[in-house]
Amino acid sequence: MSENNSTRQIWIVFWILLVLTAIEVLLGIFKPEFMLSNYIIGVTLLNMTFIVLTIIKAYYIVGAFMHLSHEVRLLKLFIVAPMCVLIPYLLFILLTEASFHGAIG
Amino acid sequence: MQTTEIQEKMWDGGKKPLIASYGKLMMWFFLMTDALTFSAFLGAYGFQRFVHADAWPIADEVFTHFPFVHGEYPMLFVALMTFILIMSSVTMVLAVHHGHRMNKKGVILWLGLTIVGGIIFLGSQAWEWSHFIHGTYEGALLGADGSIAHFVNGSVDEIMRHGKLISGQDALDFISSAKEITGANLINNEYGHPLFADFFFFITGFHGFHVFSGVVILIIIFINVLRGTYEKRGHYEMVEKVGLYWHFVDLVWVFVFTFFYLV
Repeated sequence: MSENNSTRQIWIVFWILLVLTAIEVLLGIFKPEFMLSNYIIGVTLLNMTFIVLTIIKAYYIVGAFMHLSHEVRLLKLFIVAPMCVLIPYLLFILLTEASFHGAIG
Repeated sequence: MQTTEIQEKMWDGGKKPLIASYGKLMMWFFLMTDALTFSAFLGAYGFQRFVHADAWPIADEVFTHFPFVHGEYPMLFVALMTFILIMSSVTMVLAVHHGHRMNKKGVILWLGLTIVGGIIFLGSQAWEWSHFIHGTYEGALLGADGSIAHFVNGSVDEIMRHGKLISGQDALDFISSAKEITGANLINNEYGHPLFADFFFFITGFHGFHVFSGVVILIIIFINVLRGTYEKRGHYEMVEKVGLYWHFVDLVWVFVFTFFYLV
């Protein structure tokens, strides 16, 4: 990979992160009505958009800046797999319990 | 057949099956566990927010200030903080990039800018904390039952409590047993449920402490770069390792930004 090529890629990732953040901020300020009234699996379309955009940003930071996408496949698995299993598991339990807690007052 | 033989020998010792140095691997494993810690914090925040949904303040309405400007500008200051941290992540990548090419001057320039970015971020966070702690001019009423209410624009017998308008005798009863509070701390929070303030201080404080220790480590590495330690060693891997930590701090902020300020 030539010198200019790799610095250009760094700046491309920077612009992607910047644009995604700008979209999040604009949505956060204006909060379009249709995104608040539509739901995807119990979450408003607006919040779902925030979550998806955040995960895309995380992918670029970990993959490009932290260089994980250029590591050996097994190392990628060691780092990503525990998080992909444990975090959704924890959140599922906590948020399910929380809505139950709300139901009993 | 031959490939499996090679793979078995790969794990027999003396080789690096993950093609990464010990230090880098340990940094990765530390960051992975740290990510789990932060997800537990944000998960606990989500739990309490669901449980106290009616009394939970909306972050947009709490953090509306911008330095040197009067008026309400929700999101803008925190967006600026996010931009500063992303920017310092880019300068960090560039420092690592110049380290790979053994370009000492490049590393000094970009690592120096990363430190400046980190310090600006810490200053911004201190500013935001101070505003949150001091609160608004009007303050709020803390009812005997622990609920928070605000006077409706200038009136003395109409109050807004958890999104419901209360007036007349009910309001007077509430006011007579309530006490005035301003700002937020670990016990009271004029914006809503006290747990919101607790989580705000705890999560952004824990992240801010990561940024702070990141800046300290970066300064140590910066001094080593200046003294030519890595030039003599023949590689700038130390810059790469602290870079991993720094990007992780940025990554955590991306999630804090979403789940504290946006959702």
